[in-house]
Amino acid sequence: MGDLPPYPERPPQQPPDRRTSQASQRQYSRDQVQPLAADPEEGQQIAPDAQRNAPGWSQRGSLSQQESLLMPRAFQAEEARIGSMEYPSMNTGFPLEFQPQPYSDESRIQAAEVTTSLMQRLQQGQSSLFQQLDSTFPEPPVNPLDPFNLYQTDQFSEGAQHGPYIRDDPALQFSPSELGFPHYSAEVPEPEPLELAVQNAKAYLLQTSISCDLSLYEHLVNLLTKILNQRPEDPLSVLESLNRTTQWEWFHPKLDTLRDEPEMQPTYEMAEKQKALFTRSGGGAEGEQEMEEEVGETPVPNIMETAFYFEQAGVGLSSDESFRIFLAMKQLAEQQPIHTCRFWGKILGMNRSYLVAEVEFREGEEEAEEEEVEEMTEGGEVMEAHGEEEGEEDEEKTVDIIPKPVWKPPPVIPKEESRSGANKYLYFVCNEPGLPWTRLPHVTPAQIVNARKIKKFFTGYLDAPVVSYPPFPGNEANYLRAQIARISAATQVSPLGFYQFSEEEGDEEEEGGAGRDSYEENPDFEGIPVLELVDSMANWVHHTQHILPQGRCTWVNPLQKTEEEEDLGEEEEKADEGPEEVEQEVGPPLLTPLSEDAEIMHLAPWTTRLSCSLCPQYSVAVVRSNLWPGAYAYASGKKFENIYIGWGHKYSPENFNPALPAPIQQEYPSGPEIMEMSDPTVEEEQALKAAQEQALGATEEEEEGEEEEEGEETDD
Amino acid sequence: RDYRYDRVLFWGRILGLVADYYIAQGLSEDQLAPRKTLYSLNCTEWSLLPPATEEMVAQSSVVKGRFMGDPSYEYEHTELQKVNEGDKVFEEEIVVQIKEETRLVSVIDQIDKAVAIIPRGALFKTPFGPTHVNRTFEGLSLSEAKKLSSYFHFREPVELKNKTLLEKADLDPSLDFMDSLEHDIPKGSWSIQMERGNALVVLRSLLWPGLTFYHAPRTKHYGYIYVGTGEKDMDLPFML
Repeated sequence: MGDLPPYPERPPQQPPDRRTSQASQRQYSRDQVQPLAADPEEGQQIAPDAQRNAPGWSQRGSLSQQESLLMPRAFQAEEARIGSMEYPSMNTGFPLEFQPQPYSDESRIQAAEVTTSLMQRLQQGQSSLFQQLDSTFPEPPVNPLDPFNLYQTDQFSEGAQHGPYIRDDPALQFSPSELGFPHYSAEVPEPEPLELAVQNAKAYLLQTSISCDLSLYEHLVNLLTKILNQRPEDPLSVLESLNRTTQWEWFHPKLDTLRDEPEMQPTYEMAEKQKALFTRSGGGAEGEQEMEEEVGETPVPNIMETAFYFEQAGVGLSSDESFRIFLAMKQLAEQQPIHTCRFWGKILGMNRSYLVAEVEFREGEEEAEEEEVEEMTEGGEVMEAHGEEEGEEDEEKTVDIIPKPVWKPPPVIPKEESRSGANKYLYFVCNEPGLPWTRLPHVTPAQIVNARKIKKFFTGYLDAPVVSYPPFPGNEANYLRAQIARISAATQVSPLGFYQFSEEEGDEEEEGGAGRDSYEENPDFEGIPVLELVDSMANWVHHTQHILPQGRCTWVNPLQKTEEEEDLGEEEEKADEGPEEVEQEVGPPLLTPLSEDAEIMHLAPWTTRLSCSLCPQYSVAVVRSNLWPGAYAYASGKKFENIYIGWGHKYSPENFNPALPAPIQQEYPSGPEIMEMSDPTVEEEQALKAAQEQALGATEEEEEGEEEEEGEETDD
Repeated sequence: RDYRYDRVLFWGRILGLVADYYIAQGLSEDQLAPRKTLYSLNCTEWSLLPPATEEMVAQSSVVKGRFMGDPSYEYEHTELQKVNEGDKVFEEEIVVQIKEETRLVSVIDQIDKAVAIIPRGALFKTPFGPTHVNRTFEGLSLSEAKKLSSYFHFREPVELKNKTLLEKADLDPSLDFMDSLEHDIPKGSWSIQMERGNALVVLRSLLWPGLTFYHAPRTKHYGYIYVGTGEKDMDLPFML
């Protein structure tokens, strides 16, 4: 470590802080290490020798001056006992030039001197001392100090408690330790009380803590080992964390190996799946032949190129991920009969994200699934009709007619056929490349209408329910599909002229002004210069149909009922047709330029950028949507592409106001037929009865009169 | 270089309508000290932003909508103020002009206070006061990385004192001196995702969409960046 001072110098004065003193003492100890190893003149060469010694020391128990007052003796005693082998080399040159550092704390000074004195003695390697120590070593721990069971260097400062321990020792005087002790034997009788103190200290240190098998001694050993091995730059300030790390490591060495295995697995599993991506389908010769055929027309687009361009624009996923997406799409193309496909984007979710691929099937491939779905819904309708009929029959029998509710559910707007309108493309999603692709169901207008009213985060699980008000008809897969449809309709743009309408004549009037809904690539398209693309929004056009408020791209009059519904509800229809007249909804036609887009609260709906202003000839024009943050489109020369990376929500400068609950429905109007009549009371009944009897018997008037009186009395 | 910062970090990018702001921050030795913020429109010329004051924040909270991209653009906000003139008290509409720079400052400050995060153990506090980067921080373990409690807000603690004594006893004062993400309101406003198998953990804030924090477990690499429009997501409770 560079901060170890050369041998003849002393470390600079430091404030009498616990840590600094410890550090200085640590340095002190290293100083002691150095002279043992090298000649005093070579004190400068600290590193190699200290390192050589450090492991040696650490194995045997390195000096830890943190326990400044007690440990020096103990450690050295033990070291001498155990590591006597190393000492012979250090015998000769133990220059006693240990100038005492002017510590303010006298106890520490004394301890330092104790250290030096002991070192000197031990160097002599006298066995007698060892024997003495051995005899006294098995002494039971002397100091039952509970605070010291805590492994905190913070607590070490309370070593001051042990100050008197040392101070009482007459041997611990300044002067005698300074002198050289060439002859050890002369000192044997004198240091006995010192040795006792040493042994006591050492025994105390070897005392294990209550909570584990680690003793303070060993912990400090580990700590210093670590410090000496790692040589952090500012050991004092990292001491605390090092202490903690050492403790942690000691407590968790074995658990680490156990934990490794389960932790590896998720990564391993993912890698396994992605490995499948990397291997080609088929094998051997067949695979190669297929590849040759496919090379001509792969439906999978060049995602890497797209990713590169988007990276220029400052948008996109990492190249790692892009490549995996590419492979995953290739896999998708092999699994499904796909005509064209495109990477639509990534929708972030709370737990997982979705990668979305926009796909167009080859002709005739997907009808089978749709038929099944339709049958299901038809079955449902039949059931409902049956229920109504039964109700009608019952009604005829009973006298009281249960009032029928006036409210009817709004007519279900039929969803668009596939390959048209909002369902023009099929979407597949997966959570991560390598996982299987899931197909999203077609979107219904009701779902789009509802999706406009709510704003929810995606969780990442397709079957999660969407809890909201108004209740969303479907689970997360439907909500996702609806959002994808809205985003596509709003933000898929291309440079002007890339697509053109196919030549058709006279269709506009027949369709009721719904507009054309098909386009084809313009073979004569020559790219618009990038600068022009950036300047004016009129150079970009939407190439997806706008979704009407109804939820579809082409308008359907909801009042036109299908055949089944007409049979059922004939009676009611006539009553209702009058007041309800739905206006035809019209949206902007296809291929409208972006400059026609509505503004959001005085904000332009699109922002354009040049990817690099420094080299316009190679830069890319980027268009960013402000309405749907996360939708980007780039164009450069003849290429363009759209992508969406974001949370899947529309931007609104106003706060989101959830729809209010519907107004309370009116009660059925009270009329005479449902008015509750209060039942006649007993008195009234009796009065009536009495009146009738009175009318019957003319001769018994007196009795009746009595009865009446009686009846009246009872009434009262 | 000129300002004598210990480290300069790229904070992120705020997207404006006309231009984007690139923001960088300079840190001094004490990690928790207020940082100096610089902004630039083209990454070559940087200007220092004034530190945020309460007044700025209050003023800018009335401004809604996107950033324009022009630092001298002024938002107009009409306020009704009661003006006393003699005996009459009537309300007058006063148009308060707020500079975009002010708004930028306060937004950056709010984002930092709300969602700047640090993994546990990356900084530690010495009893002398200043917070230091922990050189021995070797990254969170995989199980820790998935828990919200291993990440702290990179700011002075606000909730720390409200913890019960029992909880405090478990904390380590040198490492746990900041608020953890566990108790953020609204609950669930952070999304943790692992990418690339388990090699990278990404936290995204749902309150300030665009704030992304990444950390590679078992390594020292972590960081956060904000790329977004600079607007808080006020609809978060509806969206969860």
